[in-house]
Amino acid sequence: MAKRAAPEINAGSMADIAFLLLIFFLVTTTMDVDTGIRRILPQPTKVDKDVIQRNVLKVLINSHDKLMIDDKPGSIITLKNKVVDFMSIHPDDLSYPEYSTIYIKELGIDRDMTKGIISLKSDRGTSYEMYIKVQNELAKAFNEMKDELSVDLFGIKYNQLIDKKEIAGINIALPVRISEAEPEDIGK
Amino acid sequence: MSRFKTKKGKGSPAINTSSLPDIIFMLLFFFMVTTVMREVSLKVKLKLPQATEVQKLEKKSLVSYIYIGPPVKSNLYGTNSRIQLNDTFANVDDIQEFVAKEREDRDEADKKFITTSLKVDGITKMGIVTDVKQELRKAGALKINYSTRKGRDKK
Repeated sequence: MAKRAAPEINAGSMADIAFLLLIFFLVTTTMDVDTGIRRILPQPTKVDKDVIQRNVLKVLINSHDKLMIDDKPGSIITLKNKVVDFMSIHPDDLSYPEYSTIYIKELGIDRDMTKGIISLKSDRGTSYEMYIKVQNELAKAFNEMKDELSVDLFGIKYNQLIDKKEIAGINIALPVRISEAEPEDIGK
Repeated sequence: MSRFKTKKGKGSPAINTSSLPDIIFMLLFFFMVTTVMREVSLKVKLKLPQATEVQKLEKKSLVSYIYIGPPVKSNLYGTNSRIQLNDTFANVDDIQEFVAKEREDRDEADKKFITTSLKVDGITKMGIVTDVKQELRKAGALKINYSTRKGRDKK
C-alpha cells in the first residue's frame, strides 16, 4: 500500500490569529512609568531634639494654601532662592545656620557642611496640590545646589554624573534635610 | 529570445507572505513580555498634581501603592477623599496591616527596598495624607514617593 503524504495544513489564517492576540496585548498594555518626589520619613521613635533656632528655616502652609517662611508671609516664587540662600555657608553671620568642616572621602575634599534644616509644616486643611508645589520648590533648591557643586568639582551637572562614587559623594555633601514634623493645627 | 518573454506572466508577481506570521509573532511576544496588567481598578478619582523635579521609580515590583482621592461614585460614597488599598476602600487603621502584607509578599532581601507610592488627588486635604504618613511611619515603611505628573516649568 502506498504511503499517503500527510495533507498540508493551511497556515494562511495563522497571521490573523497572531494579529488578534497582538491587538489584545496592545490594548491591555500600560507602559507608564511612575514618577514622583521621593522622600524618607523620619523614624517613629525619634524624639525631636532641641534644635537651635538659627539652624531651622520654618516653612508653614496654612489651610488657605498661604505660605509663611521664617515667620514672615512668603510666596512660592521666592521660596527656592530663600532655601538656597539659607543652606549656603555664610561665615561669621549669626543669622544663618552653624556649620562645621567635614572630610568627605568619596570626593576627597574638606567641605563646610551646614547644620541647617528645613522644617515643613502643613495644616490639615492644606490642599495636597499646594503641598506638592512646596515640596517641588524645595527639591528644586536642593537640585540646584547639587548641580552647582557637581559643576564645580567635575564640570558636569548632577544628573549627568555616571560614577556611583561621585553621585554618593555629592549626596553626602548635600543631604536633603527636610523635616516633616508631626502634624499640628496651624493658622486656625 | 522572444520566446522566453512571452512565457513570463503579465502583472506583478504575488508577494510572498509566508513570513508575515513570524513578524507578527515577534511583535506579539514583545508586547506579551513588556505588558503589565492593571492590578487594581481605581475607585477614586486621581488627578495627580504636577511637579518638575520628578524622579522615576525604578523597580515596579518593589512599589506598593496607596490611592487617596474623592470616590468615583460620589452619589454612593460622598465627595470626601477616601483611601483605597488594593481593590477596596480602607480606613487609616488598615494601613499597618496593608504594609505588613505587602512586606510578606516580597523576598527577604528586597524588603528594605519597598517604596510606598502615594497616589493622591490634587484637591485632597493634607489631613488625611498626614494621617497616612503617620501610619506608615509606625509601620516602618519609611521610603515614600509622592506620585506626580511631570510638568513643565511655568514661567
